Amino acid sequence: MTEQRKIDVDAAMRTFTAQTEEHVIAYAQACLRCGQCADACLFYRTSGDPRHTPAYKLVPIQKAYRAAHSPLKWLGLAPKLTEEDLTGWEDLIFDTCTMCGRCTEVCPMGIDIASIIGQARKAWVAAGLGPEDLLAAADTSRDRGSPLGLTPDKLVERVEWLEDDDETEMPIDKEKAEVLLTVSSIEAMKYPESLAAMAKILNHAGVDWTFSTKGYESTNFGYLAGKPDVAKVMVERLVAGAEACGAKIVVIPECGHAYGVFRWSAANILGRELPFEVLHITEYIARLKRAGKLKLKPYDTPFTYHDPCQVSRRGGAAADARYILEGFATKFQEMTPTAEMNWCCGGGGGVQAMGRAAELRNKAFRIKLDQIEATHTKTLISACANCRLTMDESTKYWHWDGELASIVEVIADHLIEEEDA
Amino acid sequence: MSFLDFARGPALNVAMAVFVLGVVWRLVALFAMPWADDRSVPREGAPGRVRGAVGTMVRHLWTPREFGMTSRFAIVNGYIFHIGLAVIVFGFVQHILFIRGLIGLSWPGLPTGVITLVSVVTLASLIAALVHRRTSPVLRLISTLNDYVTWIVTALPVLTGLAAVAHIGAPYQTLLAIHMLSVAALLIWFPFGKLMHAFLVFVTRAETGAFYARRGVKI
Repeated sequence: MTEQRKIDVDAAMRTFTAQTEEHVIAYAQACLRCGQCADACLFYRTSGDPRHTPAYKLVPIQKAYRAAHSPLKWLGLAPKLTEEDLTGWEDLIFDTCTMCGRCTEVCPMGIDIASIIGQARKAWVAAGLGPEDLLAAADTSRDRGSPLGLTPDKLVERVEWLEDDDETEMPIDKEKAEVLLTVSSIEAMKYPESLAAMAKILNHAGVDWTFSTKGYESTNFGYLAGKPDVAKVMVERLVAGAEACGAKIVVIPECGHAYGVFRWSAANILGRELPFEVLHITEYIARLKRAGKLKLKPYDTPFTYHDPCQVSRRGGAAADARYILEGFATKFQEMTPTAEMNWCCGGGGGVQAMGRAAELRNKAFRIKLDQIEATHTKTLISACANCRLTMDESTKYWHWDGELASIVEVIADHLIEEEDA
Repeated sequence: MSFLDFARGPALNVAMAVFVLGVVWRLVALFAMPWADDRSVPREGAPGRVRGAVGTMVRHLWTPREFGMTSRFAIVNGYIFHIGLAVIVFGFVQHILFIRGLIGLSWPGLPTGVITLVSVVTLASLIAALVHRRTSPVLRLISTLNDYVTWIVTALPVLTGLAAVAHIGAPYQTLLAIHMLSVAALLIWFPFGKLMHAFLVFVTRAETGAFYARRGVKI
């Protein structure tokens, strides 16, 4: 329990002062406390609790930076970060922020609160705080290769089973390959068909690819849990996997935050540019489609598409999903708002892994459900296994009678193979 | 030395020195911090940092239509008092004369009646902002002393300026001195409170714009 944990305020302060990059300080200083971010946040919109206002989440962070940098500290008058600041804000930093970045869209100062929360989590963890299940997921990743215990042996076992079941080739540890395909353990353990679907698409397009037991887990719970050492280990494993087979491209599967971390933060975590290209599976499929390597039967089911925040709003790949669907999905209905303005599913930023956050997360999904219902479709497709898992739980919470699907699986099911043609 | 001489002499001079040195100190202290070196490869075809920065500065002048009407009051009211303050500072003939004395530049002023009307509207808008801050549960929770001090030092020059022009409550010279002292208070508070957003807005919007542009996102 939180109350029983020893809270090391000094360690939190040391972590804050170790990450005093100019943009973080500028963001911390610039907030006007205009409150416009409240309505952009799915948790505030759901609970109506002013504490859930994104700007309010910054209070202890601003205090810590003032404590470290204000000239008042020379007079002993600067505010001091306290144990109460850390315990009182723990749920705001972890449970009620998916780091979706929607608040940045509306902030008149353009403050990227998601970036600050990502940095701040490290300080909470250094102090000995943070949701135990999220921290455990990070530790399991480090110790067993993945947060859900997908060890290299289990990966091999699962892939062999899928290979037989789906009658598609799924190479592991090829000596040389153009593309390293990675997995999210959420897919591997909960939606394994998704792995086979990726393999079918890559095989259909004639891609030279492989999985690697040296680096396969793309989710990075070290990053989400504010454990930079684990984040680095996870990144290093993927890099090792890619370097072992000389991959020119690393493909991240349907997982938003895995893409966000590896595509945009991995090089910074390692301190060097990555020697290969990183693409989300939707970006890679779009590339195959542009190259004329995908032959697809039309998909006639009416559906709507949920943009994973880290792929679209914070990833810049919203257009690729639309390009894939263009001319293929005949009854695609966009949500309102959509793409970069989309509402989060409620499970990003590791919130999905926090048991104590489930109640509010499920309630917050009502926003998404209203969006879906407004499209008058009964099928919700996404490109993120974490969103899918969240939506799986939350649609049950709301007794929604529609169907969830993955864009990769839908495409794999509609490939025109030579024998069909 | 009369009260007015003190206000327009040492008081304003000291206030201006604090303002200039304070702003420079804040910006230098900020820019002296280590800068993040982003090693990720920018998205192919993504606009450069400058284009991204400028784009976000422009786009954030208004809330995206996807956010509906929820934030319209703050935006519209914010524009009213910001524009009002600019018109008062740069449109009132006496202010233009003061600026000419400082930097040698001048331009035609607006009629006093117009400035009075703008001042009343600005003051009303500032009061509306304060009422909003005190009545909205979100704003009440997140507001700090900084917000209220900033409100006072912003509203006082408008109020005292109106009183001085209208010759209400005291001899003109006393009203003018009080007006100048209120401006001095604003200048002294500026670098230490949230009025610094007048400078920081360019920094934060630009940095966020560049950050997202690298990823191929227009934010």
